[in-house]
Amino acid sequence: METTLIKSNFKSEEYFINMGPQHPATHGVLRLLLTIDGEIIKKVEPDLGYIHRSIEKMCERDSYQQIVHLTDRMDYLSSHINNEAVCLTVENALQLDIPDRVKVIRTILGELTRIASHTLWWGVMGMDVGALTTYFYGFRDREMINDIFEETCGARLTMNYNIPGGLMFDIHPNFVQRTKDFIKHFKTKLPEYDTLLTGNVIFQKRMKGVGILSKEDAISFGASGPVGRGSGYSCDVRKHHPYSAYDKVTFNEALKTEGDTFARYQVRIQEMWESMAIIEQLIDNIPEGDVQVATNAVIKLPKGEFYQKVETARGELGVYIISTGTKNPYRVKFRSPGFSNLSLLNHIAVGGKIGDLVASMATLDLVIPDIDR
Amino acid sequence: MTNEALQKLINDWIPDLEFSEEESQFLNITVKPENLHQLMSDLKSNKETSFDYLFCLSGVDWQPELGVVYHLESTTHRHIIVVKVKTTDRENPVLDTVCDIWRTAEFHEREVFDFFGIKFNNHPNLKRLFLTDEWEGFPLRKDYEDEINMVIK
Repeated sequence: METTLIKSNFKSEEYFINMGPQHPATHGVLRLLLTIDGEIIKKVEPDLGYIHRSIEKMCERDSYQQIVHLTDRMDYLSSHINNEAVCLTVENALQLDIPDRVKVIRTILGELTRIASHTLWWGVMGMDVGALTTYFYGFRDREMINDIFEETCGARLTMNYNIPGGLMFDIHPNFVQRTKDFIKHFKTKLPEYDTLLTGNVIFQKRMKGVGILSKEDAISFGASGPVGRGSGYSCDVRKHHPYSAYDKVTFNEALKTEGDTFARYQVRIQEMWESMAIIEQLIDNIPEGDVQVATNAVIKLPKGEFYQKVETARGELGVYIISTGTKNPYRVKFRSPGFSNLSLLNHIAVGGKIGDLVASMATLDLVIPDIDR
Repeated sequence: MTNEALQKLINDWIPDLEFSEEESQFLNITVKPENLHQLMSDLKSNKETSFDYLFCLSGVDWQPELGVVYHLESTTHRHIIVVKVKTTDRENPVLDTVCDIWRTAEFHEREVFDFFGIKFNNHPNLKRLFLTDEWEGFPLRKDYEDEINMVIK
């Protein structure tokens, strides 16, 4: 009698809760408005714009050389690849013949960037789901790559090493040896990632079957990068639309069909192995030659529209430039991978618990400045 | 499919389509706003085209027209096409939404609404994405002026 009374009075009710903009699991200033019933998520609505700098509007005012330096403030963990995307667009528009040496160096640096980004992601993702140790392992290995970047490019994060027409200057004499040393080191350390976290039963129970995204939905939501490939969707720009030296190397596209957070996790671990394989194929065969093609001091693109897609650590970055033939672009649009990947968060989080949302977000690997361009 | 084959196939579907390959690496189609939704759903559902991946949706201010550019790719056939739609109404520009065809369009159209002021019919949640609700004007339009925040050269 008592219990039935209590049961009938016990109402469940939907209410709002704020996650962010200062929540550690949002990795930046992203605010999520959660509608929850108990701990079950009914709706996730992202609130954006906390660090929007309107890079696209700034580009309309700047010269093509200046635009390059704005792009590494978008996805700062893929800064080299972002720079490369703009340079490739401008070079294709001007129909410049880029030396092989530049292409190979760009590819090596791009893959080092990918490993650096994925090690950071791995460390932070472990921390998000409660394994603090991974953070220190990830940052230890990323530090070696940053040192290589520092020596060759002069900067550790926003490298600005690419310019339209080639590279700013040649690689440092130590570059080849240090990259080889890193590969040797990382080949012994990457299996530790698996023994420490991948095989952990608690971790697997936390990740498997959570945040499931089907292949059809992945395509419809415009997912790219490891998020798409974790759902069995072959979307690697390096395979389908090769640029720089990717047509000269052999590598496998990491694909998993489960579509859950654990699949996306495994894709990224696999990608680090593939990146090392790409670097190994190129590092001993960097062609001799120039590192720059002379361009005019004031670059004017011919009238028309130019599009270039590249594969950053997060997925497909598109650069769309409309030129009217002047020294400034008429319109620049950056199709950032994080923007589309964020749009599917509501879809994979609804019906799960708040803890699952944290795990899902960790494997989407969002970088907020990439979304708030 | 090659660009010629695509053009031949699509040309029969809807009247008044303009095709162009000038000044672009892709095949461009310009469509009238009233035919936009029909063309887009045909492009996706037709087995020979099956453009199932909308990889870029950008608003553009062509002055005086406002419009949207859709970059489409087929994940089975791997061909790419660009669809453009323009409207001359700058006071109250309205286009049809495509977010029932590609779900990624929901966020992209909100961004276009935020920065260009183009409204989308039947959009489930059309409100500003980045800027605050009380923001005046649409910053990516060419005639937008903000004396305090913009450095004009």
